[in-house]
Amino acid sequence: MRLRSGVFASSCLLVQALGVALFLRGFFPVPVRSVPRREARADPPAEPAPPGPGMVSNWTKIPPPLFKKVVIVLIDALRDDFVFGPKGKQFMPYTTQVVEKGTSYSFIAEAKPPTVTMPRIKALMTGSIPGFIDVVVNLNSPALLDDNLIWQAKTAGKRIIFYGDDTWVKLFPKHFVEYDGTTSFFVSDFTEVDDNVTRHLDRVLKREDWDLLILHYLGLDHIGHMTGPNSPLVGPKLREMDNILKKIHISLISKEEASLPNLLVVCGDHGMSETGSHGGSSEGEVHTPLLFISSAFGKRSAPPAQPEHVQQTDLASTLAIGLGLPISRNSVGNLILPVVGGKTMREQLRFVHLNGFQLSRLLQENTPAYEKDPGYEHFKIAEKSHGNWIKLYLEGNNSEILLNLGKKVLKQYLEALKTLSSSLSRQVAQYDMYSMMVGTVIIMEVLILLLLSVPKALSKRAEFEVPLSPPLFSLLFYLMCLMLCAVHVIVCTSAESLCYFCSMSWLTAVGVMMLISALMCGILSAVAKILENYRLPPKNPVASSYSWSEIDVLILAGTIGHVLSLGASSFIEEEHQTWYFLINTLCLVLCQELCRNNFLLKECDPQHSTNVKQNFDSIEESSECKNIDIPAASNSKLGKATSSSEFMKGSDKWISLATPWIILICCRLLRSLNQTGVQWAHRPDFGHWLTSFEHKSELSFLAAVSLLMIFVLVQRRCSLVSKIAMALGLLGVYSYRSAIGNVTFPWQHGGKDISKGITEARFVYVFVLGIVFTGTKDLLKSQVISADSSTKSTGLWEVYSGLVLLAALLFRPHNLPVLVFCLLIQTMMTKYIWIPLKFDAAQITIMHYWFGQAFFYFQGNSNGIATVDISAGFVGLDSYVEIPAIFLTAFATYAGPFLWAVHLLCYLSSEVRRNSAAVGHGCFCYALMRSIPVAIYVVLVTGLRYHLFIWSVFSPKLLYEGVHVFITAAVCLFFTTMDQNHSYKVQD
Amino acid sequence: MREAEVRRLLAANLLCALAVVLATLGPAFLLDGFSVLGTHLTWLCVCSVCVATLNIVLHLVLKPNQSPKRRSFGHKISRFLKCCIYFFMSCILFHAIIVLYGAPLIELVTETFLFAVLLSTFTTLQCLCLLGPNIQAWIRVFSKNGAMSIWESSLQITSVCSILGAWFGAFPIPLDWDRPWQVWPISCSLGATFGYMAGLIIAPLWIHWNRKQLTYKSR
Repeated sequence: MRLRSGVFASSCLLVQALGVALFLRGFFPVPVRSVPRREARADPPAEPAPPGPGMVSNWTKIPPPLFKKVVIVLIDALRDDFVFGPKGKQFMPYTTQVVEKGTSYSFIAEAKPPTVTMPRIKALMTGSIPGFIDVVVNLNSPALLDDNLIWQAKTAGKRIIFYGDDTWVKLFPKHFVEYDGTTSFFVSDFTEVDDNVTRHLDRVLKREDWDLLILHYLGLDHIGHMTGPNSPLVGPKLREMDNILKKIHISLISKEEASLPNLLVVCGDHGMSETGSHGGSSEGEVHTPLLFISSAFGKRSAPPAQPEHVQQTDLASTLAIGLGLPISRNSVGNLILPVVGGKTMREQLRFVHLNGFQLSRLLQENTPAYEKDPGYEHFKIAEKSHGNWIKLYLEGNNSEILLNLGKKVLKQYLEALKTLSSSLSRQVAQYDMYSMMVGTVIIMEVLILLLLSVPKALSKRAEFEVPLSPPLFSLLFYLMCLMLCAVHVIVCTSAESLCYFCSMSWLTAVGVMMLISALMCGILSAVAKILENYRLPPKNPVASSYSWSEIDVLILAGTIGHVLSLGASSFIEEEHQTWYFLINTLCLVLCQELCRNNFLLKECDPQHSTNVKQNFDSIEESSECKNIDIPAASNSKLGKATSSSEFMKGSDKWISLATPWIILICCRLLRSLNQTGVQWAHRPDFGHWLTSFEHKSELSFLAAVSLLMIFVLVQRRCSLVSKIAMALGLLGVYSYRSAIGNVTFPWQHGGKDISKGITEARFVYVFVLGIVFTGTKDLLKSQVISADSSTKSTGLWEVYSGLVLLAALLFRPHNLPVLVFCLLIQTMMTKYIWIPLKFDAAQITIMHYWFGQAFFYFQGNSNGIATVDISAGFVGLDSYVEIPAIFLTAFATYAGPFLWAVHLLCYLSSEVRRNSAAVGHGCFCYALMRSIPVAIYVVLVTGLRYHLFIWSVFSPKLLYEGVHVFITAAVCLFFTTMDQNHSYKVQD
Repeated sequence: MREAEVRRLLAANLLCALAVVLATLGPAFLLDGFSVLGTHLTWLCVCSVCVATLNIVLHLVLKPNQSPKRRSFGHKISRFLKCCIYFFMSCILFHAIIVLYGAPLIELVTETFLFAVLLSTFTTLQCLCLLGPNIQAWIRVFSKNGAMSIWESSLQITSVCSILGAWFGAFPIPLDWDRPWQVWPISCSLGATFGYMAGLIIAPLWIHWNRKQLTYKSR
């Protein structure tokens, strides 16, 4: 089957998009979640009804609290052996004494990765296991919106006081009656952070006006980060903590009255590894101590052998029961039974029933086939025997038998709880490695296939034979299919965890396996072909003679360097710097190229013209000319080496020489428009200055000038109708911005009431659609009636200007200059650099790609989720409508790369006369440029999945990359449809 | 003849490299609290001055481009003034390019400018010594296969290496390691210096190894 390189590239990219989707689905497990907490106020379940008529239990409310005051002391990075090990015995004598002899229960709580403070706090307080998707869902809102213990306590009228890490204050705004947040910014600060917490302690412990006190100590974590767990600094810090615990405990005991006991909880959010860092899943990082100290517990006679293991999420349910609150809806934790062990059997059964009921409801909401779940079945059985037990109890049977029977029911309940919570947490806590691997394999295979076909796809004909039938009917293909299917069956039957790829239908899975084997066979046959060609002596010397120009070197080095930089979290955070650096260098190299073309070619004109002749006649190596370096005439030999005597004349020459500098200045201005990234994001920038209220008139002026400039730059290649439509549309953009109060008209001074500007925005949408429609009509005409390229390029330009208008509407007004500079740079580059210097399609495509990437960041985007401008999704819409909102937000976010890609298409299709395969080359290069970083990044992320910054840095970047692949696939499809009609001309 | 000239080039280049090393180590004995990282601006000045003086002295002593006819004193003065203007302009140009690359425009102007001076010393000053204020010749030398003597080849290599060093020196700036050498413009100026020294050492070796292929045609 013969394929053109455009078609080939787009189909490759589509397959790759499939792989990326599969990878993303495996990487981001869908969280277990229940209804939002506002609707979560369902009535608590009553005790299970005893069978038989007549008897009804009167326990229908939530049981009363077991403890009066609760103090939670959270010590950051407290590892289990700091309390239970030799270090604990040495440095924490009081705690050790309480653990061994006092009235306490001690456990080892297991944290789930990522072992980083913020998700751990969420886990402790909601009982759920937060995944990255939570972060995406709660876009821009750092506050915890799920049902959680703090919120329940606050709604129940408890007064909460908090001192410590200010992550809590951000997570639970307005929840605390009193708080003092300390920042964990200065890791080298060991004492100040903790003193800031402790200084409140004496005062608060004397007071009576609180119910829940939370203290979060950061010092130990900082010591761990700086010096590791075995440093001499750890000992004194533990001693300090021990003294604090002693003080709190004594004060709690002294205050205790007859009514209700108090409770002191000591826990760590995560541990630390042997090097002192955390975030991964090594034993030291995952195991944290969990102590419950209260006079309600019985005094221990013998020291416990080894603390029991529990889950970190169990704390939320236990505390909820202890405080007499409903258990949070999303909690997957189990009640820690010893804590309520002192209560009567009926109460204990009531507590575990509440817990089991909550878990089974969560399971019902998340799994369709919940009835078959063993945990659910166990729970139902236990509930039934609970009902029987209550019947006996209410009948007044109070003997030993009842107690034993009760113990049996309790055991049944505990069994059910364990199974329920393990099947729930299985859905979140881990990466779905199998789906990730399948996705990675597809992505990598496509990349290799693309790389192997580079020489052919960029050849003059831009088409190649894809040997489809031989591999499809080869034995290898079937063997591979069989093998992969066998692997699939083995993996899916043996996997304990939930796996997305396994849950797909068998037909789809087999299809994917066939795809993988077909790609593999394609790669093998391509390799075989290359080896075959390699063995044959090269027929023409052209293939071997290939000289690299500076541009080629830069493009190659830049691409490789950028891909490698994706392995470092700081380089991802500051990726915009990479792109700015690269396009600056590109401009300087272009400047050098221009200088050479303008000044040096005169000297060697005679030699050069002979060269040109040779180039056309025999296509020979063209570097005999000593004093010039003809930029690599890589594939399209007729491109570069045309005579330079008419290169440029007069003023044009000087404008052309100045172009790179103008572009550099534009880029510098844009860079200071939006500070982005992480390290320097707080720096004052021009964008913030403009958006502040007192600079409204400046912003209005800038917006008006920008819109005018956009019109001037866009209109010159449009038809008359589109020109008028464009002008009206841009006016509409301004009036939309003034309607929603961003800018003002010069004649209106008083405060005008601000509307949502729906009419104005829809007015603009009409023109956008109109212009795009006119363009499409032209394109269709050129496609169907005649292959007239001028109609086609007008049509394309009209589509492009329609998109520019849409971008102008969606961009925030201070970002309009980005659009202006985008158009300006494109115009200048086309006129003075690309056309005169006669670069080939591949180079131009890569330059477009680089500029597109740079403009992505010039717009103010970054690799963090927080910079996505969601307001773009509401332009012209009354309320949130999902599909258009997503489309508009995606367009506004990726406007830079998208507009550059469409401009590339406009440019290349006007170049068709010079190089008929230009569009195909462009499409292929564009697909390749996108698939290299995504493939490498997917592998990197898989390797770094336990990295400390996986959720904060790498995952958002992965999402951005994934969405970019989908958008590029769409762009490439558009390219391919545009490439349709002149494919026949190429062949003859 | 050729061998002797290469040896002379090697000696000159080693002297230049030595000057950089001396500029780094020497002031520590004279000035209190001098260190490359701590008092970076002083080091930039000292290094630029050292390299510049040595280059000019070497140029006067070795006279790699023998001009056949003696020129008048007035001509020499005007030539010297022209050179000074060119040097200053190159500093301004480098400063502008560095700002275009993203250096702060208003803050840290001294740092940026001194870095530009250092870069000019490593590149433009050599050009001025060797080629004089003659832009056409510069363009010739800096296009491929444009060198006409080993001195010009060496000039090509050292200049390109210094610029590349400064370019690579910018890489560690975004990393969040909080090291003292990541502060602007230390990593870049150190990169440029290392690049310059590497160029000084590479140039004679490269010329020596490629002496068969190198054929310099005369004007």
